Amino acid sequence: MKPIEILTQALELLAALAAAPLFLGWVNQCRAWLQNRRAPSIWLPYRGIRKLFHKDAVIAANASPFFRLAPYVVFGAMVVAAGIIPSMGTRLPFTVAADAIALVGLLATARVFLSLAAVDIGTAFGTLGARREMMVGFLAEPALLMVIFVASIISATTALPAIAESLATHRLGLYPSLAFTAIAFTLILLAENARLPIDNPATHLELTMIHEAMVLEYSARHLALMEWAAALKLFNYACIGFALFLPWGISIGTGSPLSLLASIPLLGAKLTVTGAALAFIETISAKLRVFRAPEFLAIAFMLAVLGLLVHLLLGA
Amino acid sequence: MTFLLLLSTPVCGALLLGVFGARRWAAHLNVGVSLITFIAACALTTQVVNSGPLLAAHEQFFVDSFNVFLVTLTAFVGLTTSIFSRPYMRVEMTHGRVAPTRLRLYHSMYQLFMATMLVALTTNNMGLLWVSMEAATLSTVLLVTLYRTPASLEAGWKYFILCGVGIAQALFGTILLYFAAEKVLGAAGGTALLWTHLNAVKGHLEPTVLGLAFVFLFVGYGTKVGLAPLHNWLPDAHAEGPTPISAVLSGLLLNVAIYAVVRCKVLVEGSLHSQLPSQILMCFGLLSVVLAAFLLWRQRDIKRLFAYSSIEHMGIITFAFGMGGPVANFAALLHMTVHSLTKSAIFFTVGHAAQKAGSQLMEDIRGLITLSPTIGWGLMMGSLAILGMPPFGVFASEFLILTTAMREQPWATPVLLAALGVAFAAIFGRVQPMVFGETTAKRLPHPPALLPVFAHLAIVLMLGLYVPPYLADWYRAAARLIGGE
Amino acid sequence: MTGTPLDLQLLNLCAALLLLLSFAMLAQRRVVTLVSLLAIQGVLLFVATLLLAWRTGERHLYLSAALTLALKVLLLPWLLHRLIRRLQVYWDTEPLLNISGTMLVGLLVVIFAFGLAQPIAALASTATRSAIGIAVAVILLSFVTMITRRKAMSQVVGFLSMENGLFFGAMSATYGMPMIVEFGVALDVLVAVLVLGVFFFQIREQFDSLDLHHLESLKESSTSSKTTPPVSAQSGQEH
Repeated sequence: MKPIEILTQALELLAALAAAPLFLGWVNQCRAWLQNRRAPSIWLPYRGIRKLFHKDAVIAANASPFFRLAPYVVFGAMVVAAGIIPSMGTRLPFTVAADAIALVGLLATARVFLSLAAVDIGTAFGTLGARREMMVGFLAEPALLMVIFVASIISATTALPAIAESLATHRLGLYPSLAFTAIAFTLILLAENARLPIDNPATHLELTMIHEAMVLEYSARHLALMEWAAALKLFNYACIGFALFLPWGISIGTGSPLSLLASIPLLGAKLTVTGAALAFIETISAKLRVFRAPEFLAIAFMLAVLGLLVHLLLGA
Repeated sequence: MTFLLLLSTPVCGALLLGVFGARRWAAHLNVGVSLITFIAACALTTQVVNSGPLLAAHEQFFVDSFNVFLVTLTAFVGLTTSIFSRPYMRVEMTHGRVAPTRLRLYHSMYQLFMATMLVALTTNNMGLLWVSMEAATLSTVLLVTLYRTPASLEAGWKYFILCGVGIAQALFGTILLYFAAEKVLGAAGGTALLWTHLNAVKGHLEPTVLGLAFVFLFVGYGTKVGLAPLHNWLPDAHAEGPTPISAVLSGLLLNVAIYAVVRCKVLVEGSLHSQLPSQILMCFGLLSVVLAAFLLWRQRDIKRLFAYSSIEHMGIITFAFGMGGPVANFAALLHMTVHSLTKSAIFFTVGHAAQKAGSQLMEDIRGLITLSPTIGWGLMMGSLAILGMPPFGVFASEFLILTTAMREQPWATPVLLAALGVAFAAIFGRVQPMVFGETTAKRLPHPPALLPVFAHLAIVLMLGLYVPPYLADWYRAAARLIGGE
Repeated sequence: MTGTPLDLQLLNLCAALLLLLSFAMLAQRRVVTLVSLLAIQGVLLFVATLLLAWRTGERHLYLSAALTLALKVLLLPWLLHRLIRRLQVYWDTEPLLNISGTMLVGLLVVIFAFGLAQPIAALASTATRSAIGIAVAVILLSFVTMITRRKAMSQVVGFLSMENGLFFGAMSATYGMPMIVEFGVALDVLVAVLVLGVFFFQIREQFDSLDLHHLESLKESSTSSKTTPPVSAQSGQEH
């Protein structure tokens, strides 16, 4: 293990932990601008997390130990995921542990714990949110796997850094298959991160909420971890997207410290643009009824499979 | 020259009737145009019989011994149907079922339909064959819906969609055929879709592609033949359109569709060196025979009854072509002829009978023999002929087909025999009371002119007793051609 | 996949977009949008034909590109839009199968189509041979569209899109059919739409609706009375 690899790994983890709330803040700010509202401070997520850490936790009397454990597991899963995804460099020591499919499994683990914890207390909201979350997840996961398969087939590997590397060195051209899967991935990202049009993170309207319903019973440090994990999840998805569809700028191969250095502002730029685009999509789309969510994800799945088929047929 | 006359007459007729079709003398004009077409067809026949196959218009059209007899048959039935349609449509008009202005559409489309069928029969280009088959559908859709009743609209819609979709499959088959042919014949010169050229090189065509092409072509044209399970449009279109249209649909269009299937089969069999096309034809032919025979029992509408009988006979013909061999092909060609003549004759009488009874329901039609002996006897004779009673021609062809089947496909014979028996019982059991049953209606003051009916039946009778040598030679030549020699 | 020339890449993109459009048609419930999708399909066909003409230098392909532009991009959508306005049919009813189900069926159909096209593509020598599978898929998906729809208008759009698929198939397998055949097919399609236009007015006149469930009374054991209808008031109208 070379020092540069350890450095890359550490840098990526730190960047993910530090930048995730910032990215969330940026998306919220853009959304506010686009909706002609006065934007909240971009640092608001940090303040929220800090405040929550300073509070005393209140836990329901009938909560099991599982309920206390869940935030740590969810948060941990997200941190590990952040370590696997090549956001800056492709030589990451952690990635030998898990390929892209295991990454999907990791994200699923977080979902399972989150949902179980939501059911644990036995309130109506928790169960409702968990049920909806499982429905969305059950439809989004195959679609996400399909997206990853397309990239894997193109680059003949399932290891995410290797995929990013091979795609980054590919000759530039029109790849309809990648275009289709990119759209599919965007849809999955929206659905998985409780964004519009599947869920609205800004409201607590009981008829529509998914993510908020699950974390209603949490408070203080548990809630802080949950929110941080949610921000990390969004950040991770964005980075998966970069690795698959915009791999340029990632430090490739053994990587010199210089290219690693150069990848930091590039990642920042990509996140900035993506955040703005995300806010734009959320502004122009209306919330779908929960019953329409399967259709939305069916479209994502269909696009991903179409991408796969088109690649197999046209080789493009 | 005669060839040009043959194709241009119905087209000009369609244009003329499109302008004058609503006049009093339009029906006469219709008959006149059909007569010229028939004369041209006869002239063409003598020409081909005397001097062999004929190619015209840069090889885009050709006439050989197979299609020339179908051209004559088509022109003949077209002529007799136009003669029948003149008084029939006048009565429909006085009953108020058709407005005089709508007769313009009727006459014009009638001639256009004849034109498309003649083009389909004589074209050498498999692509043009498709185009004219589709045009034949389009020109008859509005004829089926001529009465604008809900049922006729439904029939027309079904006809359009089923045949449209079906024939789209045939276009795909044609594309595949072109795809295979282009490799051998080259795209330049535009000969790659000409049947004569394809036939010359059929041994070199890629078998996999041609096999696939045949499946699509068969589904496409088979839909138009009315083969089960894509036969749904046929009874509706026959029952809901005006009777002259039922007569030409049953008597001519189905023949032309079979002709298309057989042309494709000749090519594909030459390329495939396997029994696949024959087996497909036999299988679906038999299925149609059986299905139609049993569905005959459920019919209450007289035109639907005979439409199902058409499906049955198309099944028999397809089965015979599937068996192949000189005798079966000969029998199939003979059966095409006699079925076409008999079925149109039956529809003529049925049209009159239904018109007199004011209903197409069989329980409302009773005692035709007392009502009008000509109609009664016409229907009885026609039904007996179509059921394969000797001495009519249908008996001869069915007998030939059955004996060949016994020799070559023994497994199919009992099925065929059973289906024919069932069909016999179904049709005879329904026609008998219609003709001889009790009726309270008054005898018609004057007998309707049923000259076409008896002309057709006389020819069918003659073909049953004696096939003239030139006709037999002609059938044999066509049978050899289909046999791929 | 490296080193593919740009025009071929664009052709592949067209093919992929055609496939996507077929799915969009499968899911679309607004008839007006459906017609617009058909027009876009026409545009893609036009672009693909033009690219192919440029690539192969075949003159007749320019001609068929012009034909496509005139007929499939301009004339047919215009006619259909006019029909929609005149007949006031804007929405299709809920399709027979929900959207997710339709999508899944569609995907299976695509896989089947690709399998079907494999032997053909293996024998083809055209640069676009890989797109044959997409053409077959478009044909079969249009078929599914026709099956799952109830409104006559949507079925017609499905029918026309099937024809587009056939055209694309001919294009990618053999660089188009002989010109005389292509003209004939185009004429047939045009006439078909005109005939249907007349037909729709007839249906509407009878049923006050273009919903095809009215057209389901003719069944095998049809018991509807087949007596001569009384002299109706509408028999004098002619379209």
